[in-house]
Amino acid sequence: MKKFDKDRVLLAVAGPALALVSAFVLTVIVLAASGVDPIDPLRVMIEQAGYEDIQILIVNTAGFYYLAALAVAIGFRMNLFNIGVDGQYRLAAMVSAVVGAAVTLPGPLHILLIVLVAMGVGAFWAGIAGILKARRGVSEVVSTIMLNAIATAVIAWLILPKNLGFQPEGSNDLTTGDIPESGWFPAVTTAGGDIYGFTFIAFALGIGYWFALNRTRFGFDLRATGASESAAQASGVDAKKMIMTSMLISGAVAGLVGMPLLLGESHTYNLSFPAGIGFTGITIALLGRNNPIGIFFAAFLIAFIDKASSGLDTAGYAKEIGTIMKGLIVVAVVISYELVRRYGIRRQQQKVGEELAAGHAIKTEKEVAA
Amino acid sequence: MPPAPSRQGECVITASSPPAVELHGITKRFPGVVANKDIAITVRKGTVHALIGENGAGKSTLMKILYGMQKPDEGTIAIDGEQVSFSNPGEAIARGIGMVHQHFMLADNLTVLENIVLGGEKLYGIGAKARKKIMEISDAYGLGVRPDALVEDLGVADRQRVEILKVLYRGAKTLILDEPTAVLVPQEVDALFDNLRELKAEGLTVIFISHKLGEVLKVADDITVIRRGTTVGTADPRTATTKQLAELMVGAELPSPETRESTVTTTPMLQVKGLTMAEAAGVTAPLPVAPPEGATDDTYVHESVPVGRLLLDNVSFTIHKGEVLGIAGVEGNGQTELIEALMGMSTPHAGVITLDGTDITKTPVRKRREGGIGYIPEDRHRHGLLLESPLWENRILGHVTEAPNSKKGILDPKAARKDTERIVREYDVRTPGIDVTAASLSGGNQQKLIVGREMSHNPKFLIAAHPTRGVDVGAQAQIWDAIREARREGLAVLLISADLDELIGLSDTLRVIYRGRLVADADPATITPEELGTAMTGAASGHLEATDNDSAGADGDATEDEAR
Repeated sequence: MKKFDKDRVLLAVAGPALALVSAFVLTVIVLAASGVDPIDPLRVMIEQAGYEDIQILIVNTAGFYYLAALAVAIGFRMNLFNIGVDGQYRLAAMVSAVVGAAVTLPGPLHILLIVLVAMGVGAFWAGIAGILKARRGVSEVVSTIMLNAIATAVIAWLILPKNLGFQPEGSNDLTTGDIPESGWFPAVTTAGGDIYGFTFIAFALGIGYWFALNRTRFGFDLRATGASESAAQASGVDAKKMIMTSMLISGAVAGLVGMPLLLGESHTYNLSFPAGIGFTGITIALLGRNNPIGIFFAAFLIAFIDKASSGLDTAGYAKEIGTIMKGLIVVAVVISYELVRRYGIRRQQQKVGEELAAGHAIKTEKEVAA
Repeated sequence: MPPAPSRQGECVITASSPPAVELHGITKRFPGVVANKDIAITVRKGTVHALIGENGAGKSTLMKILYGMQKPDEGTIAIDGEQVSFSNPGEAIARGIGMVHQHFMLADNLTVLENIVLGGEKLYGIGAKARKKIMEISDAYGLGVRPDALVEDLGVADRQRVEILKVLYRGAKTLILDEPTAVLVPQEVDALFDNLRELKAEGLTVIFISHKLGEVLKVADDITVIRRGTTVGTADPRTATTKQLAELMVGAELPSPETRESTVTTTPMLQVKGLTMAEAAGVTAPLPVAPPEGATDDTYVHESVPVGRLLLDNVSFTIHKGEVLGIAGVEGNGQTELIEALMGMSTPHAGVITLDGTDITKTPVRKRREGGIGYIPEDRHRHGLLLESPLWENRILGHVTEAPNSKKGILDPKAARKDTERIVREYDVRTPGIDVTAASLSGGNQQKLIVGREMSHNPKFLIAAHPTRGVDVGAQAQIWDAIREARREGLAVLLISADLDELIGLSDTLRVIYRGRLVADADPATITPEELGTAMTGAASGHLEATDNDSAGADGDATEDEAR
């Protein structure tokens, strides 16, 4: 029994380890093939991570990456591919920034209102894809990709000064106005800079995610539906309702992705608000195998690559090396996880086979005795 | 070498020509298990050679080796006296070996002709020449195949003939038939055997895989018995009895599904009144209906099924406490729909379902399960298990809201695991632990887990759909015991099965379903599989009484089949 558990842990770690090693080797090969010193850029990146301000940057980035990956992972566990996290969090950040700037409430309530609005908007946007899937069978992959594009257009229109936006004096940026100080989330100040307070909420959400999925009836139903829709239905899960619910939850978590930045630093939604985090979240959820701890490490790894690679420019290397690394990680992850999975199944069948053979032997002896 | 514990019914006719197939010392190991061990079989030319053994004995593996789908680790294969080694089915086909799989491999939306030439276009083209060849073969062996019929309009027996023709078209001289009778009603089985005799008469060789002993004795010239991966003996069908074969096959006496003492009470547990369900317009599903009596020897092409037809037509019945109601019918006549309506997975268009006095017609699946409906699904992989999940999570499936799996919405993995261990122990599920995935268990052990799970929640009413399908004999007996045990304690059971012996043996009451209607009822104490088979094709209705004539001849069969 114990041995089996050890095997499982080993197998669980083997996948990511294999993926990272092969991604590293592939990166070195790509660098060497492009005529660049294959090791030096990596050294530069590691050196970058030694600076305190870069470290803070990595922690903060990992925070919202973590949220994005959780949002994607909720979908994955139920066999839904929510590619729309990107549109969901941007629209949520924008609308909640407008609401936050428009009202003044006592501190905690103000923050709570902004967060709830963001979750609501994210859930609403994901819910559109959910309804389309549950009622009409539209693939959520297609609808969420399209909703991303629609969200971009809606934001661009809403943020026009004639609608909800403002154009600060002497700037060509557009913003949603500033959120008063009561809506700022307190930060943890360190020597290297501020860690957004919301980052800790993000990581705490991982615990909630684990509990909800592994320890509640709802989580079991969700995982069962993801594992086999027909079996889940026969067991009493309303599949359509489950599609809707998981899309809404995924969207609500996606709505939180912009919160660390909005509540901690920018206090407004403007044209330079980061985009594309939703897609990074897919990479991280994959790499972390939808496991809250796995996602935690994966979020830090990707944040490291992102932030440390920006220093490559000054060292005379292209910072796109970071993008290449991320791409190679995705490829390596998909392949190595599948390899490890097949190995695990073979191993297990072998064990079951041995057990059966042993069982038969016992039975035979009994027969002889009889 | 074959230990041959009992009889040796060997080649009486001394072979003047080399045997069609000679397997010698075949051994095949899979990781952890030996599927075949030192197998020796000699198949004489122009005979029907039966290969019998219970599920999982290694028959299929052996045939896959002969058909080139697997390579043996040891041993030799000789075809017509010549040693061969196949690395793929193509090479086996080239040497005249053809295989008809248990599950038909036909494209429904193509015609018979198209299906036959598909992949064999080089042989006779796809036009007039191919058609001529097909008709030639069909006439030569009395297959009665119509080249232009759409396969989706064909019944099961006709599809099987198309499969046989497909193999012959490719020049097969030796045909392997894998459990060909599993999907047929008794009348169709007889028709198939007539076909096999024709093939034999033309000098072809047939290897017939089965575990139905009565049938084997009817058609085979030679019998080889396989047990636990090795040949344990041969038998002469002219002298052997089903009982002897059964003991050779299992190594012990066979279990029988008989339930004798009645436990039926007068308290109704499940009442179904006027249950009706229509097919959604625009969807057509082929209805594999067997041809009516008298048409068994000829190809019978069905009229295409009208859109929006009734899948369940005014179905009414009552199951009392302690009663097993068996539903007989050719698959696809509304059994699946009936189960889905009772489970709440689909909504009937009319009718009332009452469980223990409560109207549950509109109750969702989960509430019905909580209310005491147990469910052994017909397709355990699709409806009964999470294949990639560990056993203990599979124990929770379907009962997530009930003790010991959860309390107030929160799962209790510890209790669930403990209870899984109990089920594994009590129901003899062979597994190294409860953390292995369901997929790695054998079919019989998966089924035992499901039965154990459903019985653990003390159901009032159990839906058992093909409870022993694809399950080895040992597990079969255990599952029957579990059902009988619960029945004694007042469980009401709806039993749906394609195994007529199981139906007759376990049921207290029998009903026949045909095209969504309950057309006939019968007393399991007097009915024979043949009579039931006739009613399943829609040829008989009302209350089935065994006529004296019939029962005399059929009784012998029944005893034979009981032993299987």
